[in-house]
Amino acid sequence: MGDDAVFRALADPSRRHLLDRLFERDGRTLVELTEDLEMTRFGVMKHLQVLEDAGLVVSRKEGRRKLHYLNPVPIQQIHDRWIDKYRSRHASALAELQQDLEGG
Amino acid sequence: MEIATLAKETLSTPTQVYQVFIRSTPEHIWEAITDPEFTTKYFHGSRVELKLVAGSEYLSTSPDRSEVWVEGEVLEVDPPKRLVHTWLARYDAETAAEEPSRVTWEIEDRGDGMCLLTVVHDQLEGAPKTAQSVSGQGWMYVLSGLKTLLETGDPLPAFSQ
Repeated sequence: MGDDAVFRALADPSRRHLLDRLFERDGRTLVELTEDLEMTRFGVMKHLQVLEDAGLVVSRKEGRRKLHYLNPVPIQQIHDRWIDKYRSRHASALAELQQDLEGG
Repeated sequence: MEIATLAKETLSTPTQVYQVFIRSTPEHIWEAITDPEFTTKYFHGSRVELKLVAGSEYLSTSPDRSEVWVEGEVLEVDPPKRLVHTWLARYDAETAAEEPSRVTWEIEDRGDGMCLLTVVHDQLEGAPKTAQSVSGQGWMYVLSGLKTLLETGDPLPAFSQ
């Protein structure tokens, strides 16, 4: 489960939409996720598989139903690795600039 | 019709599932979950004490043991693969008044030194405040911290003393 798989999964608007739907209400079946969507059930299934491979969605059996859950951990990891790092560099550069300007 | 559906959706507090790959052994992960010296380093600073016997107490306290943060009962123990316990959050008056929920830890050896750790927090129907409190950063920070601790030997910055 690498960053590549997560970025690839997030690069598609339909898949981002599916994540948003799970964010609204977690633990849904394929049928529930297909409701109100213009996508076919097969299409949703394919997208869910990509999301599962990236670790963004986890499916669990509950009785006869297969429920899909949003797993936010990979997004947090992307955040830690790719957002926090650059933001703190940027912030410290600004702080240094301020120091230079005020000091000079 | 629509209102009924909406009410149902709002009332049901769904299960929360978190999953993370950790480069470690099932034994190390198990130790990190069940040993208070480990949990203080990644579990919001809490000391988790439990006996590996179903029916015994699960207790999470502040590092100096002066406050009980979470209490529960151990329901299932299968080292180093599966631990199930109930969860009653005492750290907040509102969550303390709720029904106990349930936490399941599953450790799956995926080979090549990788394990998949899954945390399922369910039976949250009688604990909406608890559900809110552990979602988002709650469990995610615990799992990120556990991963970092086991893979690098160092806790995440917030918990390094």
